[in-house]
Amino acid sequence: MLLDQYKTEDFFDEMFTEDGGIRPHYQKIADCLRSLDPAEHRGKQTAVDLAFMRSGVTFTVYNDDQGTERIFPFDLVPRVIPNNEWEKMERGLIQRITALNLFLHDIYHDQKILKDRIIPPHYILGAKHFRREFMGFNVPKDIYIHICGTDLIRDRQGNYLVLEDNLRCPSGASYMLENRAALKRAFPALYRSARVQQVDGYGAELRKVLQYVSPPSLGSTTQPNVVLLTPGVFNSAYFEHAFLARQMGIPIVEGRDLVVRDARVYMRTTTGLVPVDVIYRRIDDDFLDPTIFRPDSLLGVPGLVHAYRSGNVSLANSIGTGVADDKVVYYFVPKIIKYYLGEEPILQNVDTFLASEADDRAYILENMEKLVVKSANEAGGYGMLMGPWAPKAEVDSFREQVRANPRNFIAQHPISLSRHPTSCEDGLEGRHVDLRPYILYGEKITVTPGGLTRVALRKGSLVVNSSQGGGSKDTWVLQGDS
Amino acid sequence: MSDLFQQKPITTRRDHMVMLSRVANSLYWMSRYIERSENVARLLDVNLQLMLDFADFNDQQLKEHWLPILCSAGDEKTFFKLYDRANSENVTEFLTFREENPNSIISCLFTARENARQVRDQISLEMFEAINECYLFLKSKNAHEVWKFGAHDFFEQIKKYSHLFQGLTDSTFLRTEGYEFINLGKFLERADKTTRILDLKYHILLPSVADVGGAVDAAQWQAILRSASALEAYRRFHVEDIIPNKVAEFLIFSTTFPRSIRYCLQRIDAELHRLSGKERREYRSQEERDFGKLLSDLNFITIEQILDTGLHQFLQGVQKTLDQLDDHIYQEFMYHPPVDTEAEIFLQQQQMQQQQ
Repeated sequence: MLLDQYKTEDFFDEMFTEDGGIRPHYQKIADCLRSLDPAEHRGKQTAVDLAFMRSGVTFTVYNDDQGTERIFPFDLVPRVIPNNEWEKMERGLIQRITALNLFLHDIYHDQKILKDRIIPPHYILGAKHFRREFMGFNVPKDIYIHICGTDLIRDRQGNYLVLEDNLRCPSGASYMLENRAALKRAFPALYRSARVQQVDGYGAELRKVLQYVSPPSLGSTTQPNVVLLTPGVFNSAYFEHAFLARQMGIPIVEGRDLVVRDARVYMRTTTGLVPVDVIYRRIDDDFLDPTIFRPDSLLGVPGLVHAYRSGNVSLANSIGTGVADDKVVYYFVPKIIKYYLGEEPILQNVDTFLASEADDRAYILENMEKLVVKSANEAGGYGMLMGPWAPKAEVDSFREQVRANPRNFIAQHPISLSRHPTSCEDGLEGRHVDLRPYILYGEKITVTPGGLTRVALRKGSLVVNSSQGGGSKDTWVLQGDS
Repeated sequence: MSDLFQQKPITTRRDHMVMLSRVANSLYWMSRYIERSENVARLLDVNLQLMLDFADFNDQQLKEHWLPILCSAGDEKTFFKLYDRANSENVTEFLTFREENPNSIISCLFTARENARQVRDQISLEMFEAINECYLFLKSKNAHEVWKFGAHDFFEQIKKYSHLFQGLTDSTFLRTEGYEFINLGKFLERADKTTRILDLKYHILLPSVADVGGAVDAAQWQAILRSASALEAYRRFHVEDIIPNKVAEFLIFSTTFPRSIRYCLQRIDAELHRLSGKERREYRSQEERDFGKLLSDLNFITIEQILDTGLHQFLQGVQKTLDQLDDHIYQEFMYHPPVDTEAEIFLQQQQMQQQQ
């Protein structure tokens, strides 16, 4: 009943083949949805929403003085990935983070990749998030990217493509875990029969990573004190920070709880100052330390960078990873993989034009109405032009910006993201989705099976960001292929 | 600059049981505000019911009845900025829903919840859910509705949330330092509220001469007991009628009734010693010694002596000792000198120059 009116239209649909058949790995879900009457489905949805509200799985929207709390909309129909598809994706993600980590080590040391002219040096040396003050600095175990959330999309043919590498403070892992818990409550029998790979090891794995990268000076026998550094309770991701801290059993601290003395970081406790060894920071580089970066930062800790440079405290992720998720550097990732690993990339990029290359720039300026134009260092769906849908004034404004500062822009042909059956007013309709798997890099690299599927809830919209009308789904990686 | 170096001692603890000063502060206030909300709810509930028996009170009598309650639970100045008449409806709204009143039930729960949010990683999910549900429940109501559909059920629900929270704390919270701060908050607030409830009778509720021993007087003393959840407990000890000095004695001296002043003080004393690790009867500061003196006074004086010197003065003394203790707890465990960012940056830069 819920699926009777469903149309795939001219898109790659996750559940249905082009001729309207159910893909084998969705069969159980389709059966379940068919046996469910719409009122029952709505009832389950309401129960899930209420549970989120009650347990405070919310983010805050500031339009009055107390702030309105909203839940991050959760759609009950899960997204399913068969194991064979997942295994390939997992290999691709591990290959990519390995290469990017080697790249970061290289550009903060010998810069061979620049000397070999694989990447024109000005792109790196002039990158907004390149931290030249960390040239020659060694991070523990040579790991720069401890936590990564890579955004993947599927094109018209269903190929998985990498849209963005998020190497700074990727968020959303808590929703992956909460969504799973909610779905198990709503559809216990279906979940059991589908044989889904578990995600709940994420917290324990993250904690292992953080302990693994503790400062070498601490010695291997001392348990490090690990903390999570949050911008504070007013940050929209505060729920996630508290959630992850609880999963790991570590304290959550704000900048004002920490103090640096003699290049060591301490937290201010009821019994005095207690040393801190590893910081899982959910604050951008720029705000970490007002003595080094932004002097107006109230979130950071004066002296933190000095303690870090002295090797007395570890940060995850390391400082300076942002240079590798610059969208201009993204263009070079296939070459980076080839250069460091001698392998062909397993996951492809979206074809990209660089505004700072003369030919590409001419093409971009000429075809702006047909392209998606992105600024190199924005995230969250901001600083982006969706050419085909944008009003003329906005297109013109971007054309001016690209001309004035070509280094800061790239362009891509719009990808018609795959669609997925999603609960709407009148039953299920197709909505565009992406996928953000979470990769952890410690003693080994692990990818949590699944990740966060984000869905653009507005009809026709391609923007999945929570700040702009996006919701999310539970993501199932099956133990088998169907 | 000098402030910078007056830090607490540096330790090398790596035992995962350390507690941030900010966290201790939040746990303490979370707990205090939950206890406070319950007390305001009970006070209102009891007095609204009491009013049912005195439906013919005129404006002046109403005011005489509600004013001391406003003084003890809220802030009369703020009240009269917002309202002209101290009648039951206005007082209920002010003490329950007005955010302008920092001690209204909704303000208490909002503050408790903000504190709980600050320490969400420290408290159990069940505890957070109890506070959050109560807050959401309260936000979905308004005074008009409550008045129309029965205030009793409404206040009953608020009290239940507080009991739920305190029960869940007992059954889900780790017995670590945090538990001591939660208990300190709870019992300090409770002791303070019991003094204020008892003081109501002294305050303006003193009956006019004709009413002494009359129906109004008995009902009011009964209301005092019910405001402290003590009516049934009192009856188990005193089968005779409700006698004013016995009520006062019970609410001050009982060692078994969990809302009596003495009982609360004993619990506070135990928590303080657990925190300091000192032997019983050893105290660390003047505030703690004053507190210890008050507790031992309760072992030696009688209700008659208190009534002789004045109940009101005695209760005020208790409140003052508790206030000082509250301040002491803050200084001892929660306060760190504020970071002077500019001085801190200066210090760090100098250190870096020295070491390069």
